Amino acid sequence: MWSQLILSGIAVGSLYGLVALGFQLTYAVSKTMNFSQGASVMVGAVLCYSLNITLGVPAWLAVPITLAAAFGLGLLIERFVVRPFSEGGSNSWLLTTISLGIILENLAMVIFGKETRGYPSTWAETPVQLLGFGVFPVELLIPVVGLAVAISLRILFTQTLLGKALQAVSESHDTARLMGIPVERMISVTFGMSTALAALAGMLIAPVSNVSATMGTLLGLKAFATAIIGGLANPWGVMLAGILYGLVESAAAGLLGGSYREIIGFAVVILMLALRPYGLFGQAQVKKV
Amino acid sequence: MTQNSLKRMVFKRRQLLRGVTGLSAALLTSKLAGCATTTESGTIPAEEGEETASAGEPIKLGLIAAITGPSAVSGESITRGLTIALEKINESGGVMGGRPLELVVRDDESTPAKGVAAARELIEQENVALVFGGLDSPVSLAMLPVFHELEVPYMGVWAAATGITRNEFDPNFAFRVSANDNIVDSYLLRYAKQELGATKVGLVLINNPWGESNQVGFEEWAPKYDLEIVGIEKFNDGDTDISPQLGRLQEGGADVLLMVANAAPSAVAMKSLVRLGWDVPVVSHWGPTGGRFPELAGPAATRVVFMQTYSFFDAEGERSEALMGKLQEKYDVKGPEDIIAPVGTANAYDAMNLVALALDTAESVDGPTLRDSFYDLPPYEGLIKTYEQPFSPDNHDALSEDDYILVQWEDNKLVPFDG
Repeated sequence: MWSQLILSGIAVGSLYGLVALGFQLTYAVSKTMNFSQGASVMVGAVLCYSLNITLGVPAWLAVPITLAAAFGLGLLIERFVVRPFSEGGSNSWLLTTISLGIILENLAMVIFGKETRGYPSTWAETPVQLLGFGVFPVELLIPVVGLAVAISLRILFTQTLLGKALQAVSESHDTARLMGIPVERMISVTFGMSTALAALAGMLIAPVSNVSATMGTLLGLKAFATAIIGGLANPWGVMLAGILYGLVESAAAGLLGGSYREIIGFAVVILMLALRPYGLFGQAQVKKV
Repeated sequence: MTQNSLKRMVFKRRQLLRGVTGLSAALLTSKLAGCATTTESGTIPAEEGEETASAGEPIKLGLIAAITGPSAVSGESITRGLTIALEKINESGGVMGGRPLELVVRDDESTPAKGVAAARELIEQENVALVFGGLDSPVSLAMLPVFHELEVPYMGVWAAATGITRNEFDPNFAFRVSANDNIVDSYLLRYAKQELGATKVGLVLINNPWGESNQVGFEEWAPKYDLEIVGIEKFNDGDTDISPQLGRLQEGGADVLLMVANAAPSAVAMKSLVRLGWDVPVVSHWGPTGGRFPELAGPAATRVVFMQTYSFFDAEGERSEALMGKLQEKYDVKGPEDIIAPVGTANAYDAMNLVALALDTAESVDGPTLRDSFYDLPPYEGLIKTYEQPFSPDNHDALSEDDYILVQWEDNKLVPFDG
């Protein structure tokens, strides 16, 4: 039974991690976040479903189109929902991005419909056997994609010019600006990337969890919890925290029963924050008095 | 990084953490706000141009169901059944010697408090003679005291909680043309025992009052069929993988699973069984109803055997054809596979006709008189069955175990299960 719990936990946890990477990314660079990440997961799934299943666009084309559209959505979110509300240290972006998430969800209900739809995929039909237990191929893909994304982000931030510019922005907006780095554009790019990550998660989960207007809500919240537990410091920590959270949930469900899944899961969040306020992998900020 | 900017970062992080509380509060508020603004109400008029044959003062009937929200599909399917029946009744002269019926719809948004407020408003402001209920058992249960205080009959067409009709009120104003969880539980256990030869069953229940209601029923009936319940696993709508919970039932040695959950979570449960590679028979309440279950559950959909009160697929006869025709004409339904929640439409259709007969029998819209007339209904050849004295003081459920059928998905069609 343990291997089933572990497999199931890693698959779900990688998904939390993937969405949480989006939180980490924008927070690292701009100290703001997009709380409509959950809705962006749904947008990715719904858009890909509409293109691929409803309109018959082949998957190899539908996936990049969805990612590009999500990236564009992220740019728009930053420009119109975050930037005007984060200037001067205001925290209004918290509420505006939450509001946007609810708007997106309800828009999806109007346009896509309220019914849950199935995403037919050969990736989620026949389970493959691993350690004597079954898992759908797409569920193996989720951790692989998650790790690949975390590694890519790491490389992007440390090895590329864009990454260095992003890092400069995260250190100090003013200094970066003086160095000729277009700060606003850099922040926009991170929002585009974070929304695209959420959409990617949406497309990965769709064949297993089906597609509906509300599919991202709880996922977004858990991903946020994961990002906080991970410490918001680096993509590795966030991804690892996601997997740990998935394992905790899975163990709670398997050992105590499904009713205890969220109870144990979120209790662990609170406990973690009490024990390590800066998250598992966050650096404690030294406050000199 | 200067000390100042460090401090600012720390401060912002704190604010962010505070934001977690804000986030949940905001989500809650927005939900409440959403409730306030999306209240949908509508009246389906008694008169439709020149076709209307009835001309007297309209009699208003209420419907309180989920018109918006996650269960919106149920409200739609009930409204369709009621409306088609109502229009047919009005076309042939209405009730009580020429009075047309009028349906006044209120949205409960699956929220008990909304339902209670709507019940009071419909009875006191709109003067409805009777109120039909929707899918959500908690809403119907919460409204019961209002109906009994104001002495107006309630007619359930979907919500199956045992306590709705078997309540503590005397006289009892709650009637139902739908399944009753307690009867369903006995029915499913009997099938598991007699047809599948089960000795140990595992329960897979959605984590809400509907799941609870059935847990009580299963626990009551299992010993009577000499069945052992080896485990009760609950899961939430939105869970993506419940193989850990199902693994517990497998270890407990369950030889049949009994499932109670709506279509989407039921599909998740089936996919989890596929993951486990566990080939156990699954017997279910009517959750997997609705054209989308095969799409959601994939190939495993055909493994579930579940109960229904009615199936449009193998329906024959004048009434079902007429209803199908109307559904096609009014709602752009192409075939039985497009009927999103058939039991809601079928139950509502029969219920509306029984209510019309009760009004004819009572010759009055007075609540207590109307209530009593349900005991003296003439035989009525309905969609689900021919109703002969469907209600008695001891039984307020028009449908019994004999009226339930077992069905199964096959090639995207619901077909009667033949063992």
